[in-house]
Amino acid sequence: MKVLVAVKRVLDHAVRARVRADGTGVDLANGKMIMNPFDEIALEEAIRLKERGTATSVTVVSCGPVSTGETLRTALAMGADRAILVQADIELPPLIVAKLINAVAAREVPQLILLGKQAIDDDSNQTGQMIAALADLPQATFASKIEPSDGTLVVTREVDGGLETIRITLPAVVTVDLRLNEPRYITLPNILKAKKKPLETLTPAELGIDVSSRIRTLRVSEPPRRRGGIKVPDVATLVDKLKNEARVI
Amino acid sequence: MAVLVIAQHDNARLAGATYNTITAAAMLGGDVHILVAGSGAGAVTTAAAAISGIATVLWADGESLRYGLAEVVCAQVLAIARNYTHLVFPATAWGKGIAPRVAARLDSFQVSEITAVVSPDTFERPIYAGNLIATVQNSDAIKVLTVRAAAFAAASPAGGNAVQESMAAVPDSGKSQFIRLDSTPSERPELSAATVVVSGGRALGSREKFDEIILPLADKLGAAVGASRAAVDAGFAPNDLQVGQTGKIVAPQLYIAIGISGAVQHLAGMKDSKVIVAINNDPTSPIFEIADYCLEADLFSAVPQLLAAL
Repeated sequence: MKVLVAVKRVLDHAVRARVRADGTGVDLANGKMIMNPFDEIALEEAIRLKERGTATSVTVVSCGPVSTGETLRTALAMGADRAILVQADIELPPLIVAKLINAVAAREVPQLILLGKQAIDDDSNQTGQMIAALADLPQATFASKIEPSDGTLVVTREVDGGLETIRITLPAVVTVDLRLNEPRYITLPNILKAKKKPLETLTPAELGIDVSSRIRTLRVSEPPRRRGGIKVPDVATLVDKLKNEARVI
Repeated sequence: MAVLVIAQHDNARLAGATYNTITAAAMLGGDVHILVAGSGAGAVTTAAAAISGIATVLWADGESLRYGLAEVVCAQVLAIARNYTHLVFPATAWGKGIAPRVAARLDSFQVSEITAVVSPDTFERPIYAGNLIATVQNSDAIKVLTVRAAAFAAASPAGGNAVQESMAAVPDSGKSQFIRLDSTPSERPELSAATVVVSGGRALGSREKFDEIILPLADKLGAAVGASRAAVDAGFAPNDLQVGQTGKIVAPQLYIAIGISGAVQHLAGMKDSKVIVAINNDPTSPIFEIADYCLEADLFSAVPQLLAAL
């Protein structure tokens, strides 16, 4: 089974996101960039599928500027076999990313497309479902367990009311949740090995995808800040404040 | 033209977030229609027709729709999508699973998890775990939105008298099959719609202690129970109680955080609560920077005292 993993390069969650000077975006100029943590979990799962003999190869794909190549090298050091960079220097909304990855999938013909359920920068939670729609494939979102079974996948999903288990046919798209696995640490020998693994660069034009969109960000702003409140010395004071000041109990 | 809300339900009851989604939909201009796609969901359609402000309830009834699988519900929505200016879903796990599938089929640039309607084509939505707010404008003919329930009031469940129309259910996709749902039945209010939430964190130490400390207080206050990611990861509480960036987003009248340090990802899920109480023995916890009332105390003695004082 060939597995295609899609990853996004995002601002490190430990870095505070700041509004760009023009007020219409986020300043990424000096922030540390990392692989979206959900996508890292997706990649770890793909590598484990290969180690167990279920997957035959793991290809990783990302869309973004040339610096995205660094994230792909990280993916190769984790254990992916090959990487594909779809180079684009403008910000790409999820629908465009889904079209690009669907176009890559049409060339690669994977049995399974794995990616994170959302990216921690725009929190859209769209790309996986959109790839599934464009490719007319079944989807399993928010996976916390993935078990291959007789040419199908049995997937446990984190849903509103608990855990839902479904069976989907292959090929399929699966988006992963936090509790699926814990990604491995990268070792120095693997970083060195990753330098020799193939990284191919494509353009949206080569994939036949128009990257113009009908959505634009008018402005980005900071929400009103919550001010820290008062310290209460004991439970009795807390109860009094909740009853007589806040009037919420 | 009209706006279509896609109802979330379990064939017996509408999910709470559906009511908040209707409020957002009513701000978009045009009649509000609601699609109830299910199996034997007559009680749901009756409830939907009674909601204030709904003009038409569309009812698709078929075995293929029993479990709300994304592939089938998507096809059901697409069958009527062209009649609408906006397709509006609750930003729950269910709605988030289906909306992008519909949007991609319509070549529409979905706007996720809106928290305000500026105009029928312009919306506010949180990004970077709610640390920033983006105002986005969409020029698609059919706009696909998901709505953050905590940012909109619930529509009144009574006072409406909608027309009910039935439509043919689409067939099963043959590609996805429901096996089972493992849930913990609870008499407590739904987390995302509760007016009071009592949440526990890693400091509880075990599942037994979580239950022993958190549940009696929640029951006394008629509250929903929440948990931090750390508490869920450690197995103290089930996944569907997780409050945060990637879990449930809540904005109750009162949020009590017990033994929760307040990681950015947790704050993203509860910082819009009206009143926040934090009980923690570490005065440097980030939760104290946003809580209205901070009690620095050992939770194992403070919470029983609080329970006794209520």
